[in-house]
Amino acid sequence: MTPTLAIFKRELGGYFATPVAYVFIVIFLVLTGVSSFIFGGLFERNQADLLPFFGFHPILYLFLIPAISMRLWAEERKTGTVELLMTLPVTTLQAVLGKFLAAWAFTGIALVLTFPTWITVNYLGSPDNGVIVAGYLGSFLMAGSYLAIGSAISALTRNQVIAFVLAFVVCGIFVLLGYLSSLLNYVGLSAEVADIVGYFGFQNRFNALSKGVVYVRDLVYFASIMVCWLLANALILDLKKSR
Amino acid sequence: METMVELQNLTKRFGPILAADRVSFSVGRGEVLGFLGPNGAGKSTTMKMVTCFLAPTAGTARVCGHDILSDSIAVRRTLGYLPEGAPAYPDMTPRSFLGFAAEVRGLRGAEKKKAVERAVELTSLQGVLGQPIDTLSKGFKRRVGLAQAILHDPEVLILDEPTDGLDPNQKHEVRQLINEMAGRKAIILSTHILEEVEAVCTRAVIIAAGRVIFDGTPEALEARSRWHNAVTLRLGRKSAPEAAEALKRLDGVGEVRVEDGPGDAERDVVVFTRNGKSIANEIADMARAKEWRVLEMRTERGRLDEVFRDLTASAKESPR
Repeated sequence: MTPTLAIFKRELGGYFATPVAYVFIVIFLVLTGVSSFIFGGLFERNQADLLPFFGFHPILYLFLIPAISMRLWAEERKTGTVELLMTLPVTTLQAVLGKFLAAWAFTGIALVLTFPTWITVNYLGSPDNGVIVAGYLGSFLMAGSYLAIGSAISALTRNQVIAFVLAFVVCGIFVLLGYLSSLLNYVGLSAEVADIVGYFGFQNRFNALSKGVVYVRDLVYFASIMVCWLLANALILDLKKSR
Repeated sequence: METMVELQNLTKRFGPILAADRVSFSVGRGEVLGFLGPNGAGKSTTMKMVTCFLAPTAGTARVCGHDILSDSIAVRRTLGYLPEGAPAYPDMTPRSFLGFAAEVRGLRGAEKKKAVERAVELTSLQGVLGQPIDTLSKGFKRRVGLAQAILHDPEVLILDEPTDGLDPNQKHEVRQLINEMAGRKAIILSTHILEEVEAVCTRAVIIAAGRVIFDGTPEALEARSRWHNAVTLRLGRKSAPEAAEALKRLDGVGEVRVEDGPGDAERDVVVFTRNGKSIANEIADMARAKEWRVLEMRTERGRLDEVFRDLTASAKESPR
């Protein structure tokens, strides 16, 4: 576990060694604020909850998370440091995990910094804080899923722009599956098919969590998305080794 | 001699290109092996396979008894590697970068501090420890890479073009460092600077088009040169033609050439040997007997660049 921890520390420190971290956090906070207060009508709803706040996260993450994940492996490949990293005594999975956990922790920090919104609703009314905690949990898990997808895609290329666009598209598909399910229901196709499509999307799972409904199956869903994509990430790196 | 690194038919194919073709050699403790070859000959590819960055298409290698295929973590633990161009995280400082490498290698606390201090001292990095690697000169960057490679005092050191792009002073420093460590380790260094082979290596392996075409001491490499033991005499303009005629009849002498000297009144008589044996004594004796006025006399050890060109050119022509 030692190498994973060393890589985790280096990566997380790396975010704050450049302006990238601060720029990202500021943009994230501005966008969550704008989306929940202006578009979401957090005040106008006259309800003490954070539903408008969480409601925009799937779309926000679609733009912001690939911006973090794109550099994870593409940059290492571009600067040649991947050769340094992978000739140190670390397994591929340890390296993948160290980098992923650092990126996830970083988004966690950005998420925690939205606490003024939470304070605001607590000041103005008396929300169910259990629901809000579940919402934060769901948002964090969803961010991790986006990141795992983006990390695997970043390992495919040395070009960060390609890594961004591909991650955007793949994550977008996972978001759209939820809407597709609703659409299938609406046009009256069999409810079973619509349900199955919905199962694979982020939207329904996240919606449930942000309303405070914590199903084990939803937690397992996000966990398995992360595990699958991180294993794919390691596999891609190993395949590149013997290309 | 204890064998530390052993390459067995290491082969790498990139699509239609055979980058390394059954490369085999071994390196023992105390040896400094110069790994030579033209650009694109497969030096870096071979090194990347030994250091477990690339998986071989066929063949294998063993480092300190650990197989690169079945025991790659143990291999990477025992060796230090400087990749080509000394890549390092640009935003980090040498201090944090070396600290990171030490932690990945499982060093903690006092152990880590000691290892970093030792590597910093050996590579004279004290002055730049707190500066981002991005802002360092090429020489310092290379030294940061070297410090990373020797951090854990590895038994086996693999350096891919350690002096490429450095100025003469920096080259000298790096070579000195390698010489200092040479006795206790097995070192493989790739280069295309031939003087480096004479300066630091105890053995030379030349590859061209992915194949090993020479494996021997630098002296053996020099002995292959037409210039090996050739003698150049600087004589006066008048006596030069006569001397050349006389030298041609001397035992063991091959071709004799008369070339223009640095001044108008001087000529250089170049005497090649027929079989590589030293003829300097015989020539000196003759010069004394015939009372030539010798302005200068020197013996060549051999011209490596010529041998290198001959060897690698013939490899390129042979079919794969």
